Formats: sequence, structure tokens, C-alpha cells
Amino acid sequence: MSDTLGTGAAAGRRSKGASGIGGAGESASPTPAPTPAPPRAAPRRRGRARMRFEIAVLSGPAIIMFLAFVIFPVALAAYYGFYRWHGYGAPTAWVGLNNYKLILTDSAFQQVLWHNGLILVLSLAVQGPLAITLALLLNQKIRGRSFIRVMIFVPYVISEVIVGTGWSLMLQSNGAVNDLLQHLGLGFLQAQWLSDPKLAIWALMAIISWKYIGFAVILMLAGLQSIPEELSEAAQIDGASYWQIQRRITLPLLGPTIRIWAFLSIIGSLQLFDLVYIIWGQYVSGTAGTSTMAIYMVAQGRSAGNYGYGSAVAVVMFLISLIVALLYQRFVLRRDLRGAVTEGGVR
Amino acid sequence: MSASTAGSWFSSTAGPDAPVGRRGEPQKWGSPLTYVVGLLFIAACIAPVLYIVLGGFRTNAQITTSPAALPHPWVLTNYISVLKSVTFWGEFANSVIVALVSTVGIVVLGLMVSFVLARYDFRLKGAMYSLFAAGLMFPMVIAITPLYIVVKDLGLVDNLFGVIVPEIAFGLPTTVIILVPFLRAIPNEIEEAAAIDGASRLGFFFRMVVPLSLPGVVTVGILAFIGSWNNYVLPLYILNSQADFTLPLGVQAFSSQYSSDTAKVLAFTSLAMLPALVFFSAFERRIVGGLTGAVKG
Repeated sequence: MSDTLGTGAAAGRRSKGASGIGGAGESASPTPAPTPAPPRAAPRRRGRARMRFEIAVLSGPAIIMFLAFVIFPVALAAYYGFYRWHGYGAPTAWVGLNNYKLILTDSAFQQVLWHNGLILVLSLAVQGPLAITLALLLNQKIRGRSFIRVMIFVPYVISEVIVGTGWSLMLQSNGAVNDLLQHLGLGFLQAQWLSDPKLAIWALMAIISWKYIGFAVILMLAGLQSIPEELSEAAQIDGASYWQIQRRITLPLLGPTIRIWAFLSIIGSLQLFDLVYIIWGQYVSGTAGTSTMAIYMVAQGRSAGNYGYGSAVAVVMFLISLIVALLYQRFVLRRDLRGAVTEGGVR
Repeated sequence: MSASTAGSWFSSTAGPDAPVGRRGEPQKWGSPLTYVVGLLFIAACIAPVLYIVLGGFRTNAQITTSPAALPHPWVLTNYISVLKSVTFWGEFANSVIVALVSTVGIVVLGLMVSFVLARYDFRLKGAMYSLFAAGLMFPMVIAITPLYIVVKDLGLVDNLFGVIVPEIAFGLPTTVIILVPFLRAIPNEIEEAAAIDGASRLGFFFRMVVPLSLPGVVTVGILAFIGSWNNYVLPLYILNSQADFTLPLGVQAFSSQYSSDTAKVLAFTSLAMLPALVFFSAFERRIVGGLTGAVKG
């Protein structure tokens, strides 16, 4: 059905573009030819010009905005990355690849890269299985589903600043978490959650999981709802157990959703900035062992006044994300997106 | 694949719960284990938020002696003093302006370009779609330093438009990715019928596409509003004077300024998150419905 709809739509549009409004009756025929011959040449040309005009008017503003404020800054970063530049006037001190050499050999950068990698792996390993399990449980026909959905989405909806402020108050050495442990008789578990370098990254992981698991669950629930119930009903009739159905039918069909969630999670982990910056700040995060590439970029770039160096860090982050995204797309997402990014997904 | 998008379009118009609700059948209760797990999960999600909200009803003395207890007695002074402060309302107004203007911008520009991508045939279409899809991979953090320089060169530092304009640009990819499947799923017969009745293609856009794509537009609008309400990095770079702060910057400034007055910080924080929460719970169905379409598309 999908393909008939698609080609029918395309052909219908083409014939309308070719012969103007007058040709609409013809385009409504059930099997339109791919490019119906236009009755006359002149109206056709006028139709095409009109179509071009419409395309330009409708898509122009968005394209200009996007190029000027998304693509251009990224290109600009690539340019500034070759200079030693403090943000005033035009950059003149060309240093070639020196900034990049400094970044890649800086042990501080290697450290933040390691943190990003750890956050990436742990986010996938913790949130993925948990979100799938919770979504499977919550996908049953139970009462109060929409209430549950609103509640678990709350941490995702509130801003990073609020999450950071709240959690840093709770995790202080004299904060609510330690107090609660004391009351529960688990006083020996009390710790310096935010300042102990051994613990801080795990505190960060807990906060990240708390903040983003709701989104993962909602995404999985949305994916589960698109799986036809008939499949599991049929399997049930054939004598499959609940877990067999989940493992053999639901999980494989949930694959596309899981892969897209993982992609979003990976990109998010590589760009992590807000939470760390708010809870630890750019200096403390270095000693607590939670700083990320983006924190390094801000600390070494804008805060130190080295806009050239900061831009080079941005380029490195961009390239890492791009390589990861392309590899992921090439090897994992291939079937789901059919190359939305690499080949143009519009069919 | 596009069949399922078409399906999702119809199911979203009928409400995301339509296939499950099955009117007429009495709803079953299901297994108790599900409720236990569900309640535990909700508790874990909500407890920190409750800590913030309830903490605002306590005094600093209460918080110091017993950080993890309920208010006893409840005090309203923190909330009242925040609600009376000019700073809070100024930052609130800035946040409202930024969020509303960028949401309108994102929805209008996004709908226009998505219409082109979904229902016109031209050579650069694939490249255009890829451009926006690629934008999805690169959030604002990466471009923030040069973006700041661009905004500075335009003279928009310390100006709300310096936040709004990049916000719109960075909001476009998500919008396009969600709206294009929606618009493509509008049955072609409707377009033909409109054409027979004498509507031009732009007439079709304004009279049919805009109303028919409303569910998708609402989803995109809410996501844009919440994203822009919560945005931190961009205002952090662009807005330097306190008079221009949006609420996220305000929360941070307030919490470092009054770091000893924890109760007041908590009151300020919970009032700052309220609008996004209200907005979200009012339109929760639409978000889930829209995500369903996006995931399947």
C-alpha cells in the first residue's frame, strides 16, 4: 500500500505541476503515467516557474536561518581553529594544526574524552535494559497509564539547571541523601557524593539516568504501541509463554526504536555540558573527575579568552560526533533510516 | 515504511490511545506486580522533584537539622517573597518572550519547509532533507563559541533576539523530521479534491495542510516551547546583564547569590519549573502521539 500511495502521490503532483490546475482531473486517474505528456508547452513552463517560486518562498526562510546560524558557525569554528585568536578583530596569528596538536596531546583532554566515553557506554548499558523492561511492564492494559506516562516524563521535562540545582543540594555532604541514609540505618553508606573523585562520576551517572530514563521509556512505549497485537495473540494461541513472546516477537520488532534511542543517547553523551557545568562548574569538575569535552571547550576557550583554541576543540568534538554518527548509521541504523543523512531519505 | 507513517497519522488524529482503549470493553486491572513496579518507578522519578517543591515550604533551620524531612510547620514566606520579587517576574517575562517567539518561529518556518519537502518534487529535495537531518546530530553546544561570535557581530549580545534567532535555527531539524512524515501522510485525494475545487497549491497549504497537520504541529510546538524554556547554554553565552536573564540563568544566579538561604533557592527553583510542567502535562498526549509518528517514520 505504501508504495502505491507514494508513487501515486508523486505522479499526481508531477502531472499537476506540468499542466496546472486545469490538469487536475487528469491527475486523478487511477494509474497516472510517471511523466504525463503536457498538452501545451507554455503552461507547463509557467507551472514550473510557479512551482520554483513556491518552493523558494516556502523553504527559503528556514534554509537561510539554518545555514546562517547552524552551518555557518560550524564552518567558522573550523576556520578559527587554525589561529591563535583572542576574540578581537580578525584572526591573524595562523598556527596551522598547532591547536589540534596541543588538544590531542593534552592529558586533560584525554581525560575528558575518557569521561565522555564512560558516560556513553554506561548510559546505554544502564538506561537501555531498564527502559525496555519498564516499557514492557507498563505497556500492559493497566489503569492510570496516562498518569504514569506524565509522571515518568517529569524529570525529562524540567530543565538541566533545576535538576542540577536540586541534586547538588540533595547530594551535599549534609544534604538529604546522606540524611536519608542515616535515618534508614545505612549511615555507613554516607559519602561525599559530589567531591570524592571516585564517586562523583557515578553520582553524575545516577543523575543522568534519572533525568533521561523517562524519555527512553516513553520512546519504547511509543514503539511498542506500533507493534500489532495480533502477532502476540497468534503466538499465545500457538502456546508461547509471555517471555518467549517478548524475546522472539516484541524485542525484534522494537529494534528500530531501540536503535534510534541509542543513537540519540550516544550523541547526547558526547555533548554533555549543562548538568556538569551547573553541579560542579568548570573548575571543580576537573578535580572531581566529571568534566566532559564540552566543559573543556568552554574552560579552555571562552573562559580563558582563547577563542581559536576553543574553536579547535569544538571541531574535534564535531568530528568525533560525526564519525560516531556515520559509523552508527552505516552499521546499525542502515535498515531503519535507509540513509536519511547519507543519501537523502526522502523517497 | 510510509504505510506505517500513514497509519500513525490517522492514529494520532484519533488520539494515541485509540487502539488500546477499545470503547465498550470494560478495562481490566492487570497484574499487581505491574502496579508495584510502576509506583516504585514513579516514586523514583518524582521524589527529587518533591524535595525541591516541599523544601520551599520549610525554613532553613528545618532544612539544616533534618534535610530529608517533610515541612513542619509549613511556611509560605519563601514562595511569597519569590512571587513578590521583581527579579523573578522579570526573568519569567524574558523566558516567556523567548519561548513564545522562538516556538512561533520554529513552527511557522518548519511547517513551510516541511510542506515543500513532503509534497513537492524537485532535484535538491534529498540534499535539503539531509541537511536538516544532519543538523539533528549537532546540538548547540558544539557551535556555541562561533555562534556567540556571529551573534556578537550582529550586535545582538544582551538582546533577547540574540537568543531567539539561533533557537529557531537549532529547533528546525527536529521539527522537519517530525513534520515531514505527517505532511506526507495527508492523502493525495484531498489535494486533488482541493485542486478540483479550484484551490492553488498554496491555497491547499493554508486551507487544508495547516488544519490537517495540527496534531503534528502541536507536538512540535510543545517540544520547541519546552526546549527553549529550558535552554541554558545559549542564554549563558549571549545574555550577560541580569536584566536580560531567562529563568534557567536566573535560577543559577539566585542559587549562588543566596547560597546560604537554601529554602528560598528551592522555592525559586520550583516556581521556575512550574510553567514547563503545566504546559507539558496539558499536552502530554500530543507529545507521545507525535513521537510515535516520528519513531515509526
